[in-house]
Amino acid sequence: MNNKDLLNLIDITVSFEGFLALNKLNLNLKKGELRAVIGPNGAGKTTFLDVITGKVKPTKGEVIFKGKSLVGRKEHKIARLGVGRKFQSPRIFENLTVKENLEISVTTPKSPLNLINKSIKDEQINEIERLMKIVNLAQKVDSKAGSLSHGQKQWLEIAMLVGQKPDLMLVDEPVAGLTDEETDLTADLLKSLSGENTVVVIDHDMEFIRRLDSNVSVLNQGTVLCEGTMETIQKDKKVIDVYLGRPEN
Amino acid sequence: MSLSKIKFDKKIVLSFWIILIALIVAAPTLLPVFRLNLLGRYLSLSIVALGVDLIWGYTGLLSLGQGIFFALGGYCAAMYLQITSSSEFPNNIPEFFALYGVEKLPFFWEPFRSPAFTFFAIWIIPALVAGLIGFLVFRNRIKGVYFSILTQASLLVFFNFFNGQQKLINGTNGLKTDVTQLFGQMVGSESMQRIFFWITSLLVIAAWFFAKWVVKGRFGNILIGIRDDEPRVRFTGYNPVIFKTIIFSIAGGLAGISGALYTVQSGIVSPQFMTVPFSIEMVIWVAVGGRGTLLGAILGAVFINYAKSLVSEALPASWMFIQGGLFILVVTALPEGVLGWLQGDGPRNLLQRFGLKRKIETYPSLEVKNKEGNNE
Repeated sequence: MNNKDLLNLIDITVSFEGFLALNKLNLNLKKGELRAVIGPNGAGKTTFLDVITGKVKPTKGEVIFKGKSLVGRKEHKIARLGVGRKFQSPRIFENLTVKENLEISVTTPKSPLNLINKSIKDEQINEIERLMKIVNLAQKVDSKAGSLSHGQKQWLEIAMLVGQKPDLMLVDEPVAGLTDEETDLTADLLKSLSGENTVVVIDHDMEFIRRLDSNVSVLNQGTVLCEGTMETIQKDKKVIDVYLGRPEN
Repeated sequence: MSLSKIKFDKKIVLSFWIILIALIVAAPTLLPVFRLNLLGRYLSLSIVALGVDLIWGYTGLLSLGQGIFFALGGYCAAMYLQITSSSEFPNNIPEFFALYGVEKLPFFWEPFRSPAFTFFAIWIIPALVAGLIGFLVFRNRIKGVYFSILTQASLLVFFNFFNGQQKLINGTNGLKTDVTQLFGQMVGSESMQRIFFWITSLLVIAAWFFAKWVVKGRFGNILIGIRDDEPRVRFTGYNPVIFKTIIFSIAGGLAGISGALYTVQSGIVSPQFMTVPFSIEMVIWVAVGGRGTLLGAILGAVFINYAKSLVSEALPASWMFIQGGLFILVVTALPEGVLGWLQGDGPRNLLQRFGLKRKIETYPSLEVKNKEGNNE
């Protein structure tokens, strides 16, 4: 652990009635880093996000974000501290328009009084317009989010995540169900976000992870199996055994 | 939503208002006092229905206990009327106390001597009670069917408590208001009832504007967000507990106003306002009228209740069957309610079925493709 770290997970253990979803997991993230997390099904990838965002309380261990412990804090408090999350299947508000979805994400402060009393600030309107251009949804401003295609929904959710201006972005399978072209665009978008933001991407798609060109952490059975660049982990024997699979001979 | 559809929605809303205002203006001259009084009562019920629409239609909280707040508002109004009209009774306290040998006014009656206090109590007390119940329930993340059961259980607790307190509030007999005096006039008199009708009509319109103001804009969008995906709202940094408590409290306040208006027009408030079927009926009005439309709640409350009184006069035993049938029909055939059906594709689909209108312009295969996300 050092001062440059944005997030430290220390010996995180999550036990669901005896089943260890996470087992003494340690992971450190530097400010501005882009990190990919991969692992086979059931490795604990989603639980790992649940622990950071406060959905699941770890049985043991500590989560330190910007020097503060996150364990025991409510989800919305953690979100306000600067942790944003994009879900596996796109979770947007389908009965609201694209613009209304983005309004919800860029609005600050997120108190009822502010929402009912004041109209949206000019800089927030500008921010919404900027976001809609980035994700190519400018023509769909007033369409119901439910009428968007799957890819557009994924992008809207990414835009909502960016609009929240989090210091840490947790992105769960952003390219599931996207075309190759969309996948490439998403990879470029995430790369451009890192540097200023710290981004954690969880995915299965090896091509996509390779394109991110970042450090990779491999999870297996609730713990970090191996960390390093794509080349390193591809040569790692343990990783090949559990995840990539041996070439058939 | 296409432009023509928005225009269509506006037409529905506008025509509704023209009909409603014409009805309100014409009613006092056209209707005999008995019918006018009934219409006034049903209009007052539409205010509690607006509250149900806010919490259920917009926020997804199905409360089966709105009768609590409705009755609280009614009791506040009735206590004021009873106490200001008790000068000729023994000990200068309401007449019923003598039946149970009570000589001193219970302490909580005292503030109701003041008209100003009563004016605020009618909506603030139910709102506070709703806020308190709501906060405790929402903080513990009780939702869905458990929330509904809890509200119904609370309703039963309140019902049994009010039913048993003869010495405090006349128990099961309730408090009568029609023979009490307000501003030197008998509350049950024809002229007072006409005034109550006007007040009710104005308050229905005011309540509609208020509800509209609450749900428009970002606050209303958060309510819809909570209804559709509450965890997502949390992870975006909003605290749903606060939003749900506020909207439940607002619905409680509206129920209180509704209960007070209903009480002065029906002449009595009693624990019967807190029976289980009555609170379920409130939900039915909104379901039939159209959830999440506000106007549907008003329409549902007024028309179902008016139909109820007409049907009950003609065929006394059959209303329950008709109401049950109506509910089943709406749930199966018109899940969005009558107004939701009108605003959606309902009329077009019906016309198509009889070959009176052309089918949709695009090819179904294109639509399916889009739904699956294969955008080119």
